[in-house]
Parts: sequence; structure tokens; C-alpha cells
Amino acid sequence: MAEITLVEAINLALARAMEEDPNVVVLGEDVGINGGVFRATAGLQQRFGPERVIDTPLAELLISGLCVGMGAQGLRPVGEIQFMGFIYPCIDQLVNHASRLRNRTQGRLTCPMVLRTPYGAGIRAPEHHSESTEAMLAHIPGLRVVTPSSPERAYGLLLAAIRDPDPVVFLEPTRIYRAMKADVDDTGDALPLDVAFILREGRDLTLISWGAMVKETLAAAEELAADGIEAEVIDLATLKPYDEEAVLASVSKTGRCVIVHEAARTGGFGAEIAALVAERALLSLLAPVARVTGYDTIVPLPRLEQQYMPSVARIVAAGRGAVQFG
Amino acid sequence: MPRDATLHAFHFESDYVLPTGARLKPAPTSSRFFQAAGRVPDMTKESAADQELPVVARFEVRGRAYLGPDGKLLRPPPAFASDLDLLRSFYRGMVLTRTFDLKAVSLQRTGRLGTYAVSLGQEAVAVGIASAMREEDVIVPSYRDNGALLWRGMKMEEILLFWGGDERGNRSSGPPHDFPYCIPVGSQAPHAAGVAFAFRLRKEPRVAVCLFGDGATSKGDVWEAMNFAGVWKLPVVFVANNNQWAISVPLRLQTAAQTLAQKAIAAGFAGEQVDGNDVIAMHAAAADAITAAREGKGPRLIEALTYRLSDHTTADDAGRYRPPEEVQARWKEEPIARLRSYLVGQKAWGKSDEEQLVAECHQRVEAAVERYLATPPRPSETMFDHLYAELPAVYASQREELERTSRGAKRG
Repeated sequence: MAEITLVEAINLALARAMEEDPNVVVLGEDVGINGGVFRATAGLQQRFGPERVIDTPLAELLISGLCVGMGAQGLRPVGEIQFMGFIYPCIDQLVNHASRLRNRTQGRLTCPMVLRTPYGAGIRAPEHHSESTEAMLAHIPGLRVVTPSSPERAYGLLLAAIRDPDPVVFLEPTRIYRAMKADVDDTGDALPLDVAFILREGRDLTLISWGAMVKETLAAAEELAADGIEAEVIDLATLKPYDEEAVLASVSKTGRCVIVHEAARTGGFGAEIAALVAERALLSLLAPVARVTGYDTIVPLPRLEQQYMPSVARIVAAGRGAVQFG
Repeated sequence: MPRDATLHAFHFESDYVLPTGARLKPAPTSSRFFQAAGRVPDMTKESAADQELPVVARFEVRGRAYLGPDGKLLRPPPAFASDLDLLRSFYRGMVLTRTFDLKAVSLQRTGRLGTYAVSLGQEAVAVGIASAMREEDVIVPSYRDNGALLWRGMKMEEILLFWGGDERGNRSSGPPHDFPYCIPVGSQAPHAAGVAFAFRLRKEPRVAVCLFGDGATSKGDVWEAMNFAGVWKLPVVFVANNNQWAISVPLRLQTAAQTLAQKAIAAGFAGEQVDGNDVIAMHAAAADAITAAREGKGPRLIEALTYRLSDHTTADDAGRYRPPEEVQARWKEEPIARLRSYLVGQKAWGKSDEEQLVAECHQRVEAAVERYLATPPRPSETMFDHLYAELPAVYASQREELERTSRGAKRG
């Protein structure tokens, strides 16, 4: 067992999947000799060769479209988009092809592909490198959208995504690529998709988050605990389809729900969760559902990006507000 | 009665609707194919600032045509053309495609089919390409490639089912690895490259064949796919069905390039312009390209010069943007009459063959229509089937809700 970062866990899972299954191929810009701009694919081309770790031309639409063709042929392509800001040419392929190939051929052709991309703000990157538009992707029927929040979950969920028979968009929180280390044993064991992870149990308040914001959410739970407020922390992990029952069970128990996400508020995935709670757990609620999110602005360039992102203080304040309501 | 007069007695105009209803004589052998090649001045040379500078690269695009619009040979055809059974099978395939297409239009006009993309006048592209493929090859078609899919074994009732609004049509009795119709223009090209990459990786002697229209060549999708295929010398053949019109936009507004074939050159492989109304030329070009791809010699682009004799789809009225004289003139070059003239000239086809074929095609199409119309809609809740390999538990309640409400609606 070794202490590794989240991005190293991604690398470990990719290597494991490629070792296990000759149908797994990795493709993207600079994924070969360079090992990817974040080194997520480091060493893979040396180990598995240029036909299984493919340096593609600089064309994102192509990467996603190739995945569809390869997937239909029984390969297990894992495409990399260098930053989420460059994923938008792939939307056509995701909406019109990857997500519906199985359905529109009534099971004759399938699309077992993974499209990986780093996402989110907080790394002082140039323009277009900081957005979190996961809600857009989670709106697409037939797709899975998965995001890990720790090295262990990065390893287990990526393995699950690659082995899944349907298309998965795998969002990797850039800000925590190297912000934490954990023991990850290369056992080849996947973690379940479509299942939320309860990272901390509590009876007073439910905090729901995913991706990089799980870090601040856990820190906020610590701070609240010092005040005697026991917060339950849920990492949604799979946004599409998401674990409604885990959300409902927790909110029914605590009666208070605060949703934390980095993405802009309007139409963010938090709205979906708030709607679910309103529809199916309204009478359990002791306080209004609260959202702590990025603002409805363009993610600012690095000088202001910290002010854009939900802070521990904002989460703590929302948690206290929920507990003190009424 | 001379044989030509016999031909007129069962001229296709009686069976296949012409815009004017007039009988048309085939155009003389000087094919429009060659005129089209020179339709735009070559601006690439004029832009060279200094004629003293050395030429660093030079490229050529070849044109291929054997059978002129009047059914006479322009040059000796390839050896396969002496196989008259083969040519007759091409003829049958084209006539079946046209019979089917026109029936589909009439079904749409009478409210029994959804919007349908007709391939009228482009049957030689479909049959020429599909007949050069092997079963294990993969076709990656656009929405207008009904004839090619028919040749590949998709049943007519399946095609009708899809355009009639039922996904089950795409299950297709054709090769199970073939792609279904692609509706977003050109977006299928990267799929073909991905399929071809899988063949290369597994060292399988198979070829992906991707069909798209002239409009699709303006999209990045097609370029990105061709570029990648060139880099990896993939076993893929791209076919640009240049029917001159992308709905209402004529080719001159689509591109200033002299040919579409030359777009392959920038991707590092050969492009060829072919008379798309000459099924012998189409088959020859496809067979050459597919064989080369199978032998590891990389991709090729075939530009098939043809003409969309119909509206874009049944939802379109080409009369709003296209002069009828242009369409009438193009009828003189259509592929079916041309091959028939040739076969008749070779004494390989006659009146009774024609009558028999027409009757058989009508009978087959009508039988397929009956099967299509007799297919009941699938139960509403099956829209959740094949959404994922296994329906995620979280959607079970939505499926149940639909099942419950659609049962209630039926009772009501």
C-alpha cells in the first residue's frame, strides 16, 4: 500500500484497467510520451504502446467521436479532454450519439466509453480552465456523470466507469489532484457507481456535495462539530443517475439540507436535489433547503477566483442558519 | 419494332414520377461530370505571390467515369463490367431502391410515414458503394443512404419503421455491426475513424465505409475524422455524396474548392472524383479504395458527383430555391436509365426483364409496407429499455408511472 495523490490514483486505475483488458485504450492530446498535461497518463504509452495510448490530433470533437466508433466495436476507449473548458465540441457526440446509441439501435450497438476531464477552479489557471458545468452533462439521458473526491474514490470509481457497459463522463476535480494523499491499494476493486458515499454521519444537518468541494464541506462539518452541530456529509459521486434514496434517507433523519457546489447557482445540480427534497421529503424539513454555490457570474480569472468559490465559512454559516431556523 | 422503340414503350417515366411528366431523351455522352470539374477557377494558383519561388508540393485529383449519360461507354470499363449478371444485380438494386423511395414518399404524403429523406437520382452511389463492401465491413451511413442499407440487408419494413417513428427499425437485419442512420450531418465521420482504428488495433482485414453529403464536408467533424485517418493510415473509405444541394444551399456557397475530392489531399491521402450516376464507376472506385484500405494502404475519399432529383426530404419544397429547368436537365443524367441503355445495348436486358423486375419490386415493396403498417407500436414503458444496459434503480419509478398512465389512457 502506498500513499498517493488523486491524479496518481487515476493513473493507477488506468494502468490496472489496461493491464486487465486488452480492449481498453487511452486517447487524447498529449497523453502519450508527455503523460498528459496533469501526468494522469504518465508511463502508460511506454508500457502499452502507441496504439493503445494514442496521441490524437488537437481535436476534441474527434476524441469523443472516435470513442463512439471504438466503443461500438467493443473497445473500451478512455478519452481525455485536457480541461473541461474544451469539452464543448464533444457535446454533440455525447448528446446525439454516445448517450443514445444503445437506445436508438435497441441494444444492437453500445457505447462503453469514458470521457475524462479535469474540472473546476482554484488552480490559478488561464481563462476557460476553471468552470464546473457538470449539470449540463447530468441533464443528458443515457449518460453517467461521475466525479471522485479522494484518491480512493478516484481509483475505484474510474475502474467502475471503464468496466461499465455505458458511456461515462468522468470529471476529475483539478484543485484536489495533488491536494491530498491517501493509501490506495491496487487491488483492482471497483467502487459502485450510482451510489452516494456517506463520509461523515450526523443527526442535525445534511451537507451534500461532490468533487473538490467535498474538501471544504468536510472542513465545515468539523467546524460545526466544534459548536456541537453534527453534520452528515454526503459525497454524491455519481451525478447521473444520482442516489436519490441516500439523499432522502439522510434529510429525513436530519431535517436540514445544505447543498454545496462550485458551479453557478441557477440550474446547477443543487437545484435538482432541492427539488427532490421538496417533492419527497418536505414534511421532514425543519428548515428551508439552502444552497452554497458559485455565483451566477463567469468564473473570474485567478485574482478573484477564491472569492467566487464557496468557502468553509459560507458553508458553516449556511449550516448554522439551517440549525437555528425558526 | 426496333429495340429502342420497345424501350420507350416501358420507359420509366410511367413508373417513376418525373417533375414534368415529359419523356426525356438521354443526354449526349459528353458528361456533365467533366464540366463540373472545371466549374470554379483555380484560385490557389493565382494567390501565389511570386512565380519565381519553387513549387514545394503538387497534387492531382483524378476523375473516373465509364458509362456516359446515354449509356455508351466513354472508355473501356474495368474487367468486372463484363460480368453482366453483376451489372444486372446493380440494376435491380437501383430499381428496388427507387421503387422503395417513391413508395416511402407516397406513404409520407398520406400520413403513414414521418419525414423521409429520398435518394432519388443517387441510387448508383448507394449500390456502387455497398456492392463493393464485404459483410464484415462496417457501413457508417447518413440519413439518405437507404439504398446502401437495403443492399447491406436491412429490410424495407425496418427502414419504414425507423422513419415511421419506431426505434426498432434500427435493430436492422443487416450486419449487426453496421451503424444506424446518422441524422446530425457529418457527425458520423469520427465514428468511422474509431471503427477503423479498432480494426487496425486488432489487425482485422476489415474496412469502415463512411457516407456523407456535400454539406457535411463543410463541417469540422468530417475534416477531423479524415485528418486522423490519414495520420494512422486507417482502413476507412470516405464517400462524399455530392448531390449539389444541401437543402437549399448550392455547392458554390458550400465551398470554393474546385473539387470535394481534394479535401483528402490536405489530410494526406488520395481523393478521387467519380461520376456518381455511373454505377460501374462507383463500384470500381469503391472496390479499389476498399481493397487498398483492406491491404493497409490507408484511407481514400471518393467524391461521387450526382444530383438530388428530389426535395431534400418530404418536409422540403425544392421549388422554392431551385429552377425546374435545372432539375429537368439533370434527369437526363440519372443512373438507372443509363445502365438500362447499356444493358439493352449489350443485349443483356429486354422488355420482359424490365416488366418482371418492375412487378417484382412493386410486389416486394408493397409486402414490406404491409408488414410495416401491421407492426403495432411498442408499449410506452419500453422507452426505458436499452437506455442503459440495466435501468438504474432510480428510474424504476418513472418507468412504472409511465406504464400506469399509459394503461390508464388506453382504458380511457
